[in-house]
Amino acid sequence: MSTAIKETQKMIEEVLDAYPEKAKKDRARHLAANDPTGQCSACQVKSNIKSRPGVMTVRGCAYAGAKGVVWGPVKDQITISHGPVGCGQYSWWSRRNYYNGQTGIDTFGTMHITTDFQEKDIVYGGDKNLDAALRELKELFPLAKSMGILSECPVGLIGDDIEAVSKKAEKEFAMPVVPVRCEGFRGVSQSLGHHIANDTIRDHILGKGQLESSTPYDVALIGDYNIGGDAWASRKMLEELGLRVIAQWTGDASINEMGIAHKAKVNLVHCYRSMNYICRHMEEQYGIPWTEFNFFGPTKIYQSLRKIASHFDDGIKENAEKMIAKYKPVMDAVIEEFKPGLEGKRVMLYVGGLRPRHTIGAYEDLGMEVVASGYEFGHSDDYKRTYPEMKEGAVIMDDATLYELEEFTRRLNPDMVGSGIKEKYSYHKLGVPFRQMHSWDYSGPYHGFDGFPVFARDMDMTVNSPTWGLIRKNK
Amino acid sequence: MKIKDHNELFQEQEYVEQFERKKEFENCPSAEEVQRIGEWTKTEEYRELNFKRQNIKINPAKACQPLGAVFCASGFEGTLPFVQGAQGCVAYFRSHLSRHFKEPMTAVSTSMTEDAAVFGGLNNMLEGLENAYTLYHPKMLAVCTTCMAEVIGDDLNAYIRTAREKGAIPQELPVPFAHTPSFVGSNITGYDNMMKGILTAVTAGRKGEPNGKINIIPGFDTYTGNYRELKRLLDIMEVRHTILADVSDIYDSPNSGEYKLYPGGTLLADAADSINATATIALQKYSTAKTLDYISKEWSQTVSALPPVGIKNTDSFFEEIGKITGKPVPQEIEDERGRAVDAMIDSHPYVHGKRFALVGDPDLLLGLISFLMEIGGSPVHIVCTNGDKKFREDAEAILSESPFGQEGKVYIHKDMWHLRSLMFTEPVDFLIGNSYAKLLWRDTGTPLIRIGFPLFDRHHLHRYPIIGYHGALNLVCLIVNTVLDEMDRKTMNTTSFDVIR
Repeated sequence: MSTAIKETQKMIEEVLDAYPEKAKKDRARHLAANDPTGQCSACQVKSNIKSRPGVMTVRGCAYAGAKGVVWGPVKDQITISHGPVGCGQYSWWSRRNYYNGQTGIDTFGTMHITTDFQEKDIVYGGDKNLDAALRELKELFPLAKSMGILSECPVGLIGDDIEAVSKKAEKEFAMPVVPVRCEGFRGVSQSLGHHIANDTIRDHILGKGQLESSTPYDVALIGDYNIGGDAWASRKMLEELGLRVIAQWTGDASINEMGIAHKAKVNLVHCYRSMNYICRHMEEQYGIPWTEFNFFGPTKIYQSLRKIASHFDDGIKENAEKMIAKYKPVMDAVIEEFKPGLEGKRVMLYVGGLRPRHTIGAYEDLGMEVVASGYEFGHSDDYKRTYPEMKEGAVIMDDATLYELEEFTRRLNPDMVGSGIKEKYSYHKLGVPFRQMHSWDYSGPYHGFDGFPVFARDMDMTVNSPTWGLIRKNK
Repeated sequence: MKIKDHNELFQEQEYVEQFERKKEFENCPSAEEVQRIGEWTKTEEYRELNFKRQNIKINPAKACQPLGAVFCASGFEGTLPFVQGAQGCVAYFRSHLSRHFKEPMTAVSTSMTEDAAVFGGLNNMLEGLENAYTLYHPKMLAVCTTCMAEVIGDDLNAYIRTAREKGAIPQELPVPFAHTPSFVGSNITGYDNMMKGILTAVTAGRKGEPNGKINIIPGFDTYTGNYRELKRLLDIMEVRHTILADVSDIYDSPNSGEYKLYPGGTLLADAADSINATATIALQKYSTAKTLDYISKEWSQTVSALPPVGIKNTDSFFEEIGKITGKPVPQEIEDERGRAVDAMIDSHPYVHGKRFALVGDPDLLLGLISFLMEIGGSPVHIVCTNGDKKFREDAEAILSESPFGQEGKVYIHKDMWHLRSLMFTEPVDFLIGNSYAKLLWRDTGTPLIRIGFPLFDRHHLHRYPIIGYHGALNLVCLIVNTVLDEMDRKTMNTTSFDVIR
């Protein structure tokens, strides 16, 4: 075991000392020093396990994964938060899944639609009201293409049969009505919500869309939620590569696109965590291969373009090389502009599905080093993909708590931290430059050739803002 | 280097063309059809259909009980809000409050999952209390519930007792609790329940000599500026007071390069002694109803609810303070009143006769209705998703007192999609609401004045008071300058584009 690994392990042990015995034992399994080779067994973190109560996990719930991540962005579906008012309220218009359309007329993405459970619904059940609610929505929003019923905690606990209500409505309305059993108490994090949502896409939507004709270049862009326009920036590149993007899941997605992805020649997967399930299904059911790619930062973009092109003919492969040749000077100019202010800066990341590993290359393109990284809801396959991306002895965190994040920050002293809104302002108080890496801090896109300049600019303004220098510590 | 982000990038021709190409796969309705339906949603017919709905809320302006409860709990010294239930809720409360205040918000969950649904949440509570206490060293853990814990019927009182018996937490650690089912009431109900729970716990056995202080309960008030203003005014008057719960330093803490988990709040000793105060004044009525009832009955204090929003409401507040303490309003505050009134007189021509739509929490709406009418504005559509019949009566009573209230109509249990219909069929000049009301601004073109909660898309508004005479001045500024901005926008290509207004 190397010195770097040993030192990090020692630091982790010190941090863990503050926990009560049981929690300490559990948390020890989720924190490790990185071994890029994957050989050191003590360096593998456990993941996708229940959070300890009372430790202030950053995680959300299955509803957040199903509604907030997968189904919420589908623009022409009415996505109903079925249950009390809060869940829909707090997840309303917060994830920046951009879409084109007239909100409230033919698209519904930034609306908060809820059955607003009252005590009587708990006592007598909510099915009757749900049935009536669906009818009211059908009348008020005639251009909706589908309805999704996203269950909140009470629905599963009181034994409502939303499947029966959906089935009946689906028949009457002649459009999909999708019951999604994503009650927040199911599973251990957002992750199960992704899986449940994937399954409902499979059961209710996939295979039912219309596509007039096919070409050998048809692909589906999977696991891009179009945050700040990410999917659009990616789509632009795929089109320039000579591919036809027949479906975009689920950022700016329409129900029809959700229904025709099985006609793609290859599924291109950006967020593996949230959408690998449906890709595996399409592989088994329709024989569609899928490939992961990474459009953050030029190094990974060039690799990914070649990787994607390798699934197609020489013409596409040539296009990839042409694109790289065309955009490399642009990317180099961005690096030239921003690298001097960022070189050698150390970054700590704690995010969600793909960013803890996918953004590492983009930081490295700018001369920065990711010294700690972790996932709220990753699984072992995510970590396996992460170890080789990071240096030996870097800190790997699974389901980190507020306490751990603060302690690691004090000890590692990073130059910037990338995490979420709940973490953001404690870092501001600490005087540590911070960027939200779920929502791009209301900026973006960060994907693709159009996204990298924005990423570079944003990291620069984060690290090099003069405001950090104004802080005067209390004596 | 010129960098284009989403604001400019997606307006570019190649993206516009991309969006057109994408339509091939979207199976979307034609532009004409979208236009036709869009126009239909603006009609009387649609309004009627919209108001017929009974079973679905569309863009409601309310949050759930535990959000109010954790907000209340966080305003006490060293207090960690502790939520029994599923963990996603707490993640949401923390994000929601952080997005509004641009401040860290701490709260823990007991992370209940399927097994807790079957066996109950006792084990989660026991381990949760031990972990939270050991890791975050709170002086108080204030427990509330999510709907999950409520549906399965977790007994907080018994669980907390068990936790003490088993040594998960020290015997003497205060652990007040409140049942806060999200399927009853709203954020204001949760605030009330938690406040009552905390006061019940911390004052137990503390009845003693009168301390001559006044308790002030701000209610679900998300303006940190209001708390500071209140303290300033009472200090000027030399009125000894306890603010229950004082969230100002929690959600507006100075940056000193260190992160404090508990940067302030009402001292627990003061909270405990609040039982011995002369009187309790709440600055909101609907978010403190149960608490005031409890204080009146159990502590035998005189209680009142007086929202000091607007001139006359603030006058009433000071009259009440005077009545309790015998202290007159000092000249300094009288001068502030004079300045606020002066500003209202100066600005009145631009607000007089303007018609307003309002949406928000009940207490805030009562204050704003009153203020608007004082400056000659007319509240027309008043939408309160979490208002009850009592609120409607109160609001109607205020409206009936002024000729400017004659057009006012109060809609309870309605939402912003109802308000959209109202604004299309009976247009108004201005809209007052939270950040989500910007959807109405976009759809109807009615300028939005951001007052309420949450305010996500404008910075620092919550740091400026809207209570007291200073608050009235800030309201005038917000309103009249929005009116003037709008006037400039509308007249920029006409002769009416004036430099002096």
